[in-house]
Amino acid sequence: MRNDKEDALSQSLRNLHPVRSAATQRPSRRTVLQNIGIAGLSLAVSPAFADEMVKLPFASGPRERPITHAFPQKGDMILQRVRPPLLETPLDVFDRGVFTPNDQFYVRWHWAEIPNSVDVNAFRLAVRGHVDRTLSLSITDILRDLPRVELAAVNQCSGNSRGFFSPRVPGAQWANGAMGNAKWAGVRLKDVLDRAGVKAGAVQVRFKGLDEPVVPEAPTFRKSLAIDHARDGEVMIAYAMNGEQLPLLNGFPLRLIVPGWYSTYWIKMLSDIEVLDKPDDNYWMTVAYTIPDTPHASIAPGQSGVKMVPINRMVPRSFFTNITDGASFTAGTRVPLRGIAFGGDTGVAKVEFSSDGGKSWQPARLGDDFGKYGFRQWQTDVALADKGDHALMVRCTNSAGEVQPDTPNWNGSGFMRNVIETVQVKAV
Amino acid sequence: MLKGLAAIGCFGTALLCSTPAWVQDLPVIKSTTVELPAGDALFPGGSSAEAINNNCLACHSPDMVLNQPPLPKAAWEAVVHKMINVYKAPIGEADVPAIVSYLVKTKGKD
Ligand code: HEC
Repeated sequence: MRNDKEDALSQSLRNLHPVRSAATQRPSRRTVLQNIGIAGLSLAVSPAFADEMVKLPFASGPRERPITHAFPQKGDMILQRVRPPLLETPLDVFDRGVFTPNDQFYVRWHWAEIPNSVDVNAFRLAVRGHVDRTLSLSITDILRDLPRVELAAVNQCSGNSRGFFSPRVPGAQWANGAMGNAKWAGVRLKDVLDRAGVKAGAVQVRFKGLDEPVVPEAPTFRKSLAIDHARDGEVMIAYAMNGEQLPLLNGFPLRLIVPGWYSTYWIKMLSDIEVLDKPDDNYWMTVAYTIPDTPHASIAPGQSGVKMVPINRMVPRSFFTNITDGASFTAGTRVPLRGIAFGGDTGVAKVEFSSDGGKSWQPARLGDDFGKYGFRQWQTDVALADKGDHALMVRCTNSAGEVQPDTPNWNGSGFMRNVIETVQVKAV
Repeated sequence: MLKGLAAIGCFGTALLCSTPAWVQDLPVIKSTTVELPAGDALFPGGSSAEAINNNCLACHSPDMVLNQPPLPKAAWEAVVHKMINVYKAPIGEADVPAIVSYLVKTKGKD
C-alpha cells in the first residue's frame, strides 16, 4: 500500500521537525492571503450568510443546503446534517489559502453521543493491549514529556464528492468540501507506542475516541492501522491545528493524524489506543469503509462478488477555487485561474490546465510547498478567444507519477472520487 | 514566513532539543464546553410520517434522510434493514412497510 515507504521515511525528517513555538509558526490569515498573489478579479461564490441557502451542483436533487453558523467554534458551513454534525466547507474557503481555517474546517461524526465538554485536567489517553506497560497519559504528560512534531496534511473524507456519483449512492451527500488542510502539531504515535513497549507479535493498533453509539449494542466507531504503519514516525497525535487547540467538533483535545490516508482513520477525541495481536475484525474495518480491490476502487453499478479491502491511501486531486460552472468571461481578455491540488499519499509533481476540454494541457504554476501531504496552490491565466461555451479542466500528477483519471470511478459507497474536474464557462 | 520554517529552530537537531525548551513554549490547551444544536426536527408529512418519526430519529436528525437522492424501493428497503441489522435500530418489522412507503413516496425513483 505504501509504495514510496523509503521516500516517506526520508521526507519525514523534513516534514516532522519539532518546533519551539506555535506562535512563530502558524500561517496567519494575512500571510496566507499575501501568498495568494492575484488580488483583482474574484469570481468565487459570495460570502455566505446564516439564512442563505447554497445550491450544490449535483445531477439530481435535493441540491439546496442551508449555510449555518449555529455550531460551536464554527463559522459559516454548509449544513449536511445537524445531529450528529456533518458540516461541509464552502468552496470559496479554499480560494483564500492552502490552510483551511479551523472555524471552517469540515466536520463529520458517525454517532451522536459526542461529549460537549472536555476537562483537560481529567482527560486521559489509554495505551493498552499487547504492550509491556499500560499507559494512562494526561494532556500535560503528552505536551511535556514527548518531542513535539508538526506537519501539514490534508484530511479528506473517504466519501468526499459522493453527491457527484452517477448513479447516485446513499450516504452523506457531500460536494467537494469534505476536505481541508491544516498544520497539525503534536507527538509521534511511535514515541507513545515506544513508551508502552510494543510486544513481539503485535499486528495492528486500534484507535477509539470519546464518541459512543446511541444504542449500546451498536458498533462503536473504531479504526486500526497495521503496526508498521502506526510506527512509521509520521502518524501522529495532534493537540494543535493551525497553531491553536482543535475545535471540539474537529476532535478536541487529541486527534490521530494519518498523513496521506483518508480521514476515516483520523480518530477524533482520541482516548484509547489498543495494540492488537490479531487483525481487527470490527465492523468499521471489515464491512464499512471497504473498497473494491480494483483500479480506482471502481466497479460497474450492480457488479457483485468483488474482493473488498479497507480503504487506505488517498489519490491525487485538483480543483478550481476561483471559478464555478456558469462563470462568464469577456472573450479575448486574460483571466486569472487558480485552485488547489494535492498528491494523495505523496507530493504534487505537476498540475496541468486545459481550456479545450482535455485535448491539450499546459503546466500551471505551483505555489509554495508546505510538505508533501498538504494542499498546493496552482495558478495560471487564460484568454478565451472564441465566444461561446468552453470546458476548463485541471489535473494533478503526484510524485509517484499517478495522474487523475479522465473517467469517474464508481462504487456503491461513493468513495475515492478523483476524476479530473471540469468547469463549464462562457466567453461573451 | 512559513517558508522559513525549516531554517528556524531545531530541524536536524530535532531530537536533541532539551525538555525545558518544550516546557517554555507549551501551547495552551484549555478545557472546553460547547452546546450543540439539538437537531430535533421531525419528518414532514403529518400522519404519513408517523412511522418514520417514531423509528428513524434516535440516531440522526431527519436531514440525513431528506438530503439523500431519490432511490429505488429496493435501495430504501436495504437502508432500513441496514439500520436494523447493522446499527441496531430498535424497529419492529411491523413498522417497516410504513417507513419504506414514506421513503418511496417522498424520495422514490423507478
Ligand atoms: C440505532 C441508530 C440508528 C437508527 C435508529 C437509524 N439509523 Fe440511519 N444511520 C445510523 C448510522 C450510524 C448511520 C451511518 C452514519 C454516518 O455515516 O454518519 C446511518 C446512516 C443512514 C443513512 C445514510 C446511508 C448509510 O447507509 O449510511 C440513511 C439514508 C439512514 N441512516 C436512514 C435511516 C432510516 C430511514 C431510519 C429509520 C428506519 C434510520 N436511519 C434509523 C444509525 C441509525
